[in-house]
Amino acid sequence: MKNKFIKAIFTIAMGSALLISCKPKNSGDAVSGDAAQKAYVAPGKYDEFYNFVSGGFSGQMSVYGLPSGRLFRVIPVFSVDPEKGYGYNEETKPMLNTSHGFVPWDDLHHTEMSQTNGEVDGRWVFGNANNTPRIARIDLKTFTTKEIIELPNSAGNHSSPFITENTEYVVAGTRFSVPPDNSNGDVPINTYKQNFKGHLSFVKVGKEGQMDIAFQIQCPGVNFDLSHAGKGKSHGWFFFSCYNTEQANTLLEVNASQKDKDFIMAVNWKKAEEYIKAGKGKLTQTRYAHNVYNESTHSATSEIKTQVLILDSKELKDICYMIPCPKSPHGCDVDPTGEYIVGSGKLAALIPVFSFDKLMSAIKNKQFEGEYDGIPVIKYEAALHGEVQKPGLGPLHTEFDGKGNAYTTFFVSSEVVKWDIKSLKVLDRVPTYYSVGHLCIPGGDSKKPFGKYLIAYNKITKDRYLPTGPELAQSAQIYDISGDKMQLILDFPTIGEPHYAQAAPADLIRNNGQLKFYKLEDNKHPFVTKGEKETKVVRNGKRIDVYMTCIRSHFSPDNIEGIKMGDEVYFHVTNLEQDWDVPHGFAIKGSSNAELLIMPGETSTLKWSPDKVGMFPFYCTDFCSALHQEMQGYLRVSPSNSTVPISFSLGTNLPAPDKK
Amino acid sequence: MKTQKISLLSKVLLIVVSALFAGSLFVPMWRIELQAPQYPEGLVLQLFANKIGGDVDIINGLNHYIGMATLHTENFPEFKILPIVFGVFALVSLLLVFINKRKGVKLFLISYVVFILLAAADFYRWNYEYGHNLDPNAAIKVPGMAYQPPLLGYKQLLNFGAYSVPDTGGWLMTGAAVLLLFIVVKEYHLFQKK
Repeated sequence: MKNKFIKAIFTIAMGSALLISCKPKNSGDAVSGDAAQKAYVAPGKYDEFYNFVSGGFSGQMSVYGLPSGRLFRVIPVFSVDPEKGYGYNEETKPMLNTSHGFVPWDDLHHTEMSQTNGEVDGRWVFGNANNTPRIARIDLKTFTTKEIIELPNSAGNHSSPFITENTEYVVAGTRFSVPPDNSNGDVPINTYKQNFKGHLSFVKVGKEGQMDIAFQIQCPGVNFDLSHAGKGKSHGWFFFSCYNTEQANTLLEVNASQKDKDFIMAVNWKKAEEYIKAGKGKLTQTRYAHNVYNESTHSATSEIKTQVLILDSKELKDICYMIPCPKSPHGCDVDPTGEYIVGSGKLAALIPVFSFDKLMSAIKNKQFEGEYDGIPVIKYEAALHGEVQKPGLGPLHTEFDGKGNAYTTFFVSSEVVKWDIKSLKVLDRVPTYYSVGHLCIPGGDSKKPFGKYLIAYNKITKDRYLPTGPELAQSAQIYDISGDKMQLILDFPTIGEPHYAQAAPADLIRNNGQLKFYKLEDNKHPFVTKGEKETKVVRNGKRIDVYMTCIRSHFSPDNIEGIKMGDEVYFHVTNLEQDWDVPHGFAIKGSSNAELLIMPGETSTLKWSPDKVGMFPFYCTDFCSALHQEMQGYLRVSPSNSTVPISFSLGTNLPAPDKK
Repeated sequence: MKTQKISLLSKVLLIVVSALFAGSLFVPMWRIELQAPQYPEGLVLQLFANKIGGDVDIINGLNHYIGMATLHTENFPEFKILPIVFGVFALVSLLLVFINKRKGVKLFLISYVVFILLAAADFYRWNYEYGHNLDPNAAIKVPGMAYQPPLLGYKQLLNFGAYSVPDTGGWLMTGAAVLLLFIVVKEYHLFQKK
């Protein structure tokens, strides 16, 4: 009896010990001693890399430094930004115009930097709008959005804005297949299989970055998810992952997970170009907006285009090929040599790696297992280089370090796994906190990765930071990958929800000819005021144009009278400063608009309608000088039947004797 | 015996002196460097023979706080005279090769030194003028404070540290002075034992 009791106690003790020893180590243990030193950038020192991170449902793009994780700037792209006046001032309103009219919000998922010869070149970074399908181009000389193009025949632009190795094209693929724009969309939803189509857009990028939709490829109705261009030997090809090949239109989480394999679609875009040249494209009617910001007029214009060239993947047999890929593939990544294409099935427990050489010979030898809606389906084994066995659960995205290694994120098992591309052997794994989505290695999807750091962008934060109520900080993690073992060195919070990101050596961007201020003499804004002597207030019926200047530390004019109820007032404020880091702001009481934030040499326009009779102060919002608090003025609003004449002044009390 | 003529070496040096004068027409002679917490990269005012260069517009913008008059090249007659003076100096140096009299070099050196003293006095006068003649309505008024930059060297003016030193042209002209002095010493055998 006693013996049994001791035995029982012993068993319980051993059992508990076993359990305790099996309990995973907590995250605190994952950080080793020199981590802080590796992520530390001393005050006043610069980071090694710029990191351009998608802002997710904020619609913006954020700029961080690596390895410090410090936030430098949030670039407004697809959402209005009252702080910068973006989408509020008259100059930038056209940037957010679409075929649906003015759209103040979107969801920016992926960033992609321009490349030359497959290497990041530091000219532009592109971003996609996931909701109302668009692509934006951000100029890295000014860190501002310069161009936005809408994508017709699309809904949910997800597999975008990935580019070819010389930035010939930036692509887009529709996440939702929809009835084409030139057909009747008023059809029952369950006619998906007959009426819904998927379109891939190839947007040509000009020398100055100007975007133009060269052609679209009409594909079967499926969900296109992600994409990457071939490079080196596979330059001329593009690879798109697609899921919902079941063509379900409801309860996709079940109905689109039926098939064991969906596809990665290989697109021969050089062949597509040949067909376009041969006149095989069909011009079809549609409507999409193309918005361009002009740096010399400091204003954007929006043009609605009405035609797009379409190639049919069913008719033109040798443009598109389907490669079977297990379990609703998500990430579709091409290694730096261009030989290996990594597909990541969201629900898979293995990673298939395809070989470009094998793919080419499979196409040549017609190793097809059939057709999918008119598109040849290549035999899985014929294109397969091999499978990474038991890498983790739920692979999503893969980046490369340029040393023959691949790094794949796993959402379900919440980890990053390092594996050898050729041997397909797993080399190392580290946990992420928690449920990592995208990852980024500087240059990690180009021919020339800078494999020093890896950043994981997580979907769940939970206990990583001080809690802030129901909505928590978004989170990213930096790992040092310079050694054999990945080492966590820093957590940092991000804006929006971070999806894909890109990074490049700091010097590449810093030394790209960055602008410090706009030259006043080159300012061609139609309402520019190049000196205080030219300031004026002009009435034209109900429209009032205020030609205003600002310089430390006053506005000219700063006393304005003769504005009446019912007037529409346009403040055209020119910042006369010609030095770095001297922006001025402009805000007026009761404005239902935002502020203006005017860079040196720039002109911005705030539209304002007085809502009542009385005195309306205005002031500079950007602390510009020791006398910033003196930088203010008054605008008098009189009743609509008032006889107070228009007058304005600076430094002398009204009525001015004879100010011209 | 002792000759009044000058040696070949001195002639070569005179040609160099001429080149130095000619060269200083094209590069800034003097620089006033300004440093403040707001300008970690520094601001600089450069005085050429014929103009004011550097960050003039920015400095003019800042000076309105203390009520200092703005700087404009056209307000200084010196910028019309100096290029002529330098040109003449360059020509005279060349002529002296042909005149070939050591006395000529001595007189030239003396007049050059006189010129430098006058230029320094003129520079001081302008510095004084701009530093003291302040707008009584200026935003920043510090009793007893003047903003005269130093003639040479460093001085703190409110939040700005001002550092006044020769620029390239200044060093070229210093070189010219040293060479002229060397020629005079050499030709008059000043350091030889009698």
